[in-house]
Amino acid sequence: MTALLRIEGLRVEFGDGDAPLVAVDGAGLSVAPGEVVGLIGESGSGKSLTCRSVMRLVPRPGRIAAGEIEFDGRDVLAMSAQELRDFRAHDAGMIYQDPFSSLNPVYRIRDQIAETLRVNLGVGKADARAQAVELLDGVGIRDPERRALSYPHELSGGMRQRVMIALATASRPRLLLADEPTTALDVTTQAQILALLLRLRAERAMAVLLVSHDFGVIAQVCDRVVVMYAGHVVETGPLAALYTNAQHPYTRALLESVPELESAGRRTRRPGIAGVPPELTEVLPGCVFKPRCRHAQPGCEAISMALEPVSEGHETACPVRPFAGTGSAPTARAGAQR
Amino acid sequence: MSAVDVLGAPGPPAVETAAWRRRARGLRGLPLQAKIGAGILAFLVLVALLAPLIAPYGQNQLDFDHILSPPSLSHPFGTDSTGRDVFSRTLYALRVDLAIVAVVTYIPLPIGVLIGAMAGYFGGIVDSVVARVIDVMIAFPFFVLVIAVIAVVGPGVKGVLIGVPIVAWALYARLARSEMLVMREQPFMLATTALGYSRRRAILRHAVPNLMRPCLIYSTLDMVVNLLLLASLAYLGLGAQPPNAELGSIVADGQSTLLTAWWVATLPGLVVVLFGVGAGMLGDGLSDGRLRGGVQ
Repeated sequence: MTALLRIEGLRVEFGDGDAPLVAVDGAGLSVAPGEVVGLIGESGSGKSLTCRSVMRLVPRPGRIAAGEIEFDGRDVLAMSAQELRDFRAHDAGMIYQDPFSSLNPVYRIRDQIAETLRVNLGVGKADARAQAVELLDGVGIRDPERRALSYPHELSGGMRQRVMIALATASRPRLLLADEPTTALDVTTQAQILALLLRLRAERAMAVLLVSHDFGVIAQVCDRVVVMYAGHVVETGPLAALYTNAQHPYTRALLESVPELESAGRRTRRPGIAGVPPELTEVLPGCVFKPRCRHAQPGCEAISMALEPVSEGHETACPVRPFAGTGSAPTARAGAQR
Repeated sequence: MSAVDVLGAPGPPAVETAAWRRRARGLRGLPLQAKIGAGILAFLVLVALLAPLIAPYGQNQLDFDHILSPPSLSHPFGTDSTGRDVFSRTLYALRVDLAIVAVVTYIPLPIGVLIGAMAGYFGGIVDSVVARVIDVMIAFPFFVLVIAVIAVVGPGVKGVLIGVPIVAWALYARLARSEMLVMREQPFMLATTALGYSRRRAILRHAVPNLMRPCLIYSTLDMVVNLLLLASLAYLGLGAQPPNAELGSIVADGQSTLLTAWWVATLPGLVVVLFGVGAGMLGDGLSDGRLRGGVQ
């Protein structure tokens, strides 16, 4: 199947051109129509920037320095201002982490949704209001006629995020960019919002790029997972492949750091990942994860971070493959790679 | 607003209140200070509007039989050196002064907000240029500029009507710009871009209504400054020309008889003070409500 969204070699820089700080370096991913792709990584790994790059909404003074972003065969980075507005209005929607400030505080939620229907779809005023109420109903707002008249501050965080989803998907985009949509919500509400995203995906064949730092969230809803670290994509593959057969030490470490319910009540210590992610000012040769990697080899500072296939749809940036099969000595493999 | 609404916890849904009740509740939710201030201003405006009905005498009606008579039932504020009723003159003066204050405060406001919002939204060169112009306008001695304008157009209220707005927009532009710089990064402003709205719509429909509140609060302070400016100019003889009354000119007239007839200068002066107190309380109360997030 051809990809709905394809990102290749994305590079996002901050600072001046001579000595830029590279926040995203050579990141690539693809989203098929109707697919839910999870983008996971620590804070500062560049996952949000990658997500926002799709809409060309990289916050100033950041800029997209290189790479390709293709949506349905169209080059997003080459779009004119008018094409870009049209793309944002119809083809892609976006929701954010903070549902407390993502709605304009001075307008009723009905009017905010009606506005996007009127401006982007040319619906008449009365129709837009009626449809706004239907959309609120569609995202699981109870008693939508009356709730529609509320101002954002009168709603709970979960309800605001529902309203935001209704707003972002009002013009029926084929791709929803969800930038940590459940991070600010409690676990129960989080599950409801994720269920809503899955329902909308099923009803409308809408693809979702879900950014999160929580493997629990990713595991609940995603078809495929992209793991980012320090601006690089380090591993990508189908959800099951990544969970059962992660090949990159970072992915493994991330999975191992997820607490298990079974350990509740017993004193257990998750291994965690030693050290901290590199600063933007640090330029590391070869593998960016090497300083924190338990399986680091002498040759690691010379590898290219390019993704290599493991199996169908599963690629990793680690050529050492410390977890590949039994018997194959990692050192020998590392030597073979170089 | 109750804490329940803020947290969105289960409870009687806020939507049950009809729009008018919500508004009424919004007013009732204001701090007492703001309510008193609004009451004082409303009273002064009402009195000024109804001056022709309330004033017992004409503003220039001479009465040489009752020169400098102290406050009494027939002359609540007494009379001046030509027997004119100070109360009536004060009412008419208030009418003129409030009208001018309203114009020189609330015409620059939307202009300033718009300029500041655009500077903050676009950033870059536009912002740098606007910010420098604002700095220059604000750095310039306000009073001197207004007097310079009066020197050109001649004494009278025209000088104020022209001179004040030339500078006053910059105050609101500066405030709106700094608020906009913060708001620009708010997700709801980001959303206007992500939804494909035009920049015009983002600024006018989404940013400006949010910028108005701090600017309106600031305007209560600005009104007082403008009224004092107006009174000062009239006091110096640069305001409304005789026989028309302005609060400042009545005070100036009464100054020469201050020791024998204190009421001529003092009572209109107290009206200026009352206005200042009212506007100050309203602004203070509103900004308190804003900090608590209690006002719509």
